[in-house]
Amino acid sequence: MNFFNHFGRYLLMIKGMFTRPENWKMYWKELMHQCSDIGIGSLGIVVVVALFIGAVSTLQTAYQLVSNLIPKSTIAQIVRDTVILEFAPTISCIVLAGVVGSKIASELGNMRVSEQIDALEIMGINTKAYLIMPKILASFIMIPLLVIVAGVLGIWGGRLAGTMAAILSREEFDQGLLNGFQPFNVRFALYKAYTFAFIISSIPAYFGYFVKGGALEIGKASTTAVVASCIMILFADYVLAALLL
Amino acid sequence: MIEIKDLRKSFGDKVVIDDVSAVMEAGKANLIIGASGSGKTVFMKCLVGLFEPDGGEILYSGKSFTTMEEEERKELRQQIGMLFQGAALFDSQTVEQNVMFPLDMFTRLTYTEKLKKVNEVLDRVNLKDANKKFPAEISGGMKKRVGIARAIVLNPKYLFCDEPNSGLDPQTSLVIDKLIYEVTKEFNMTTVINTHDMNSVMEIGDHIIYMYKGEKEWEGSNKQIIYSNSKKLNDFIFASEFLQDVKAMRMVEAEGKVSNAKNDSQ
Ligand SMILES: Nc1ncnc2c1ncn2[C@@H]1O[C@H](COP(=O)(O)OP(=O)(O)OP(=O)(O)O)[C@@H](O)[C@H]1O
Ligand SMILES: [Mg+2]
Repeated sequence: MNFFNHFGRYLLMIKGMFTRPENWKMYWKELMHQCSDIGIGSLGIVVVVALFIGAVSTLQTAYQLVSNLIPKSTIAQIVRDTVILEFAPTISCIVLAGVVGSKIASELGNMRVSEQIDALEIMGINTKAYLIMPKILASFIMIPLLVIVAGVLGIWGGRLAGTMAAILSREEFDQGLLNGFQPFNVRFALYKAYTFAFIISSIPAYFGYFVKGGALEIGKASTTAVVASCIMILFADYVLAALLL
Repeated sequence: MIEIKDLRKSFGDKVVIDDVSAVMEAGKANLIIGASGSGKTVFMKCLVGLFEPDGGEILYSGKSFTTMEEEERKELRQQIGMLFQGAALFDSQTVEQNVMFPLDMFTRLTYTEKLKKVNEVLDRVNLKDANKKFPAEISGGMKKRVGIARAIVLNPKYLFCDEPNSGLDPQTSLVIDKLIYEVTKEFNMTTVINTHDMNSVMEIGDHIIYMYKGEKEWEGSNKQIIYSNSKKLNDFIFASEFLQDVKAMRMVEAEGKVSNAKNDSQ
């Protein structure tokens, strides 16, 4: 199958999700379940990644700013902006593409291969709506929240590393944080988060939902899903930056 | 009632179902028998729309299933119960949740009412004490029975069972056959069963279709099957010497009855 076949089937899958739920309560339950799976399930890794990325960016920014003419607080300013603009949304979403994406692809792939999807269809349930829609919605809810957490912790990690390595004092860091702060950057980060949330959930859902074969193919599908999501994230990252900045 | 007209299905250039026509009547156990790979599962999946047939027509109570809109199909499917060959249980849910799922989705019963219904059907398939187990923790035969329980919990109008008793011991197998037969009669279901279990054929075979390499080779009832002179059917059903002996005995018995009847009437 070539790219256009995949893309067409992907669009049809998205279109197929929009039907009236057979039972709102069950859909709600599934949504809550996915929220906790996606949100709570990947909170740990996001925390770790964000802290280290913030810390490393403080150290490396300080290393690059050798001139004495530039005040120390500039380091905080740079860390703040790179974390908000790029590291918190993009890096955490690439990590999430691995964690959440492979989970979605293998869960749906397993359901396909063991005929659980067929069993749901036979009962008269729209499986695209019941299985895929809650995953996408849950990602829309949880991933921006995770990105916010990553942003806050990233900056905090940078502050911690900066003071621990005696690069700059807490006061200097905090002062830098407030210097020339643009609220738009946060909005931009959230635009990214929503876009990536859709990529991370819908692309793996596509590869999982249409698996053919057995356990081996499930593995392959989830690898393909993660790779495709990562590439799409980077591509969308570029497009958004080009359009909005 | 399900009517099937000239159903055809191939995968690539391999013809799997070749112009099969049949009528599955309500209130009867309609058995599809045939060797492994003869197309039973594919046939059943065409009937329920999991495979799109290449040609032919399927009518559910007179309504064409093949040309039906997706929404209409969905509604019809709420009256269909199906047991898959591999049971297809939801493996993130316990046995109890699996059986309760159709009730959750399509009824407005309270939890207590649902639980009562679930325990009732689990009891009927001879499965107690497994309520809280996950599919990975129960045996293949138990999975089959949970699958049956899930398929019949809503008293569907059409029941499809793909090999309900493969992997079951003879005794449980009989219990399951009896259960499927009972619900079929009780709720006037149109039941279609794929099987290669000769006990089922003899016990509940109201209507039997013998498939051979994708074609309908023979059709009749369990009363008639003994007298069939289709060589392929005979080779398939009475494969072992033991079964050949049973056939011979049955025929003698039946002839005895006939001559007895003649004697009586004289
Ligand atoms: N999805 C598929 N793609 C291609 N070929 C298939 C597919 N499903 C089934 N077949 C082929 O169709 C034929 C009939 O298979 P089917 O599963 O219907 O057999 P069966 O009668 O149910 O056998 P068993 O008793 O072993 O379950 C087989 O030759 C199989 O290879
Ligand atoms: Mg089969």
